[in-house]
Amino acid sequence: MFCEKAVELVRELHRLRDGQLPAFNEDGLRQVLQEMESLYDQNQADVNEAKAGRSDLIPSIKLRHSCLLRNQRCITAYLYDRLLRIRALRWGYGSVLPANVRFHMCAEEVEWFGQYKKSLAAFMRSIGGGEGLDITQDMKPPKSLYIQVRCLKDHGEFEIDDGTVILLKKNSQHFLPRWKCEHLIRQGVLEHVLS
Amino acid sequence: MSGAAFDDSEINQDDSQEDVMTPAELIAKLEEAWLNEKFSPELQENKSEVVECVMEQLTHMESNLQRVKKGDTKASIHRMEVDRIRFVLTSYLRSRLQKIEKFFPHVLEREKTRADGEPSLLSPEEFAFAKEYYDNTEAYLKAVALKRMPPNLQSIDMLKAVPEPCLDSFVFLRVKEKQENILIEPETDDQREYVVDLEEGSQHLMRYRTIAPLISSGAVQLI
Repeated sequence: MFCEKAVELVRELHRLRDGQLPAFNEDGLRQVLQEMESLYDQNQADVNEAKAGRSDLIPSIKLRHSCLLRNQRCITAYLYDRLLRIRALRWGYGSVLPANVRFHMCAEEVEWFGQYKKSLAAFMRSIGGGEGLDITQDMKPPKSLYIQVRCLKDHGEFEIDDGTVILLKKNSQHFLPRWKCEHLIRQGVLEHVLS
Repeated sequence: MSGAAFDDSEINQDDSQEDVMTPAELIAKLEEAWLNEKFSPELQENKSEVVECVMEQLTHMESNLQRVKKGDTKASIHRMEVDRIRFVLTSYLRSRLQKIEKFFPHVLEREKTRADGEPSLLSPEEFAFAKEYYDNTEAYLKAVALKRMPPNLQSIDMLKAVPEPCLDSFVFLRVKEKQENILIEPETDDQREYVVDLEEGSQHLMRYRTIAPLISSGAVQLI
């Protein structure tokens, strides 16, 4: 049946609804493009015949054309949904993607991501006319001044505003000012403990 | 959020502005813009003057905080205020960016077909971002798949491919200025259209499309 492979691509993404990025299905894409090429060639041949008088071929021409449109639509949906997941990575992980994620991206997707990062950075720098504003920070409303954090990795010494120095050793817990910890939490050095 | 933590005597008002706002009024304006942007299905008018003024305010407050003695309890309250304002500002800008990305061909089309006198939907920087997003995405689709397709299928009409915002979604609103004779369109075939009056201070749940112009005029506030 026509368009089955294209629908399979869409289903592949539909199965992973939590925003995960599976490996780029180069094989699947190629198969759909091949089907499109063969449908088009068959239609070209039939169109010539139809012009020569065989109007009974017109329904099959129309059918193949609908399949071609459907394949195009499924492919674009697959590719665009992947882009949205990749875009979410910039907002979730930051501008450097973990290696296992990059492995799942094709070269063009990596290129798209690079351009998106640049665009976003240029936009953030232009906010307000001064140094700009990093809008990928402050994702949650500030709830309290101090928070309980647990250290996930050894990070060494850490100085807070009133001069005291804290030693961030793995598994130690501290009660620290929230604004000081935010970037360490995002990097994965500290973990916010919600009791 | 009260403006009590602001040190009014040290704030330099921009004398070149015609109507000078107090810091409290500025933050109130930011919050209004933030809520309207958050709850509306489509992109609202851009408020870059508010954004710029709030940025100036934040820089000023940050530098004040640097000068304060360490351990001063007032400092933590000011610090909290700065963080709250920065959250509202970043949330506002994120909200806008998300909508720009989600509806990118339509946003660009609206800006292109805008009449000369009408206020701009996008700030120049947002416009540049939207254009780059469009070009980047189109180039990607072409490189990865479209150029490998049959000749008559090598392009996509972005305006048709990307869905438009749903202007018929329902929004909660509070009326700031009394409105009379608002026409409500029927939703089903057996309903008829009717008019309502919106009293000042009242709250309603209505379709966005019906009250959209009232948001930009400031007559209603989305909640």
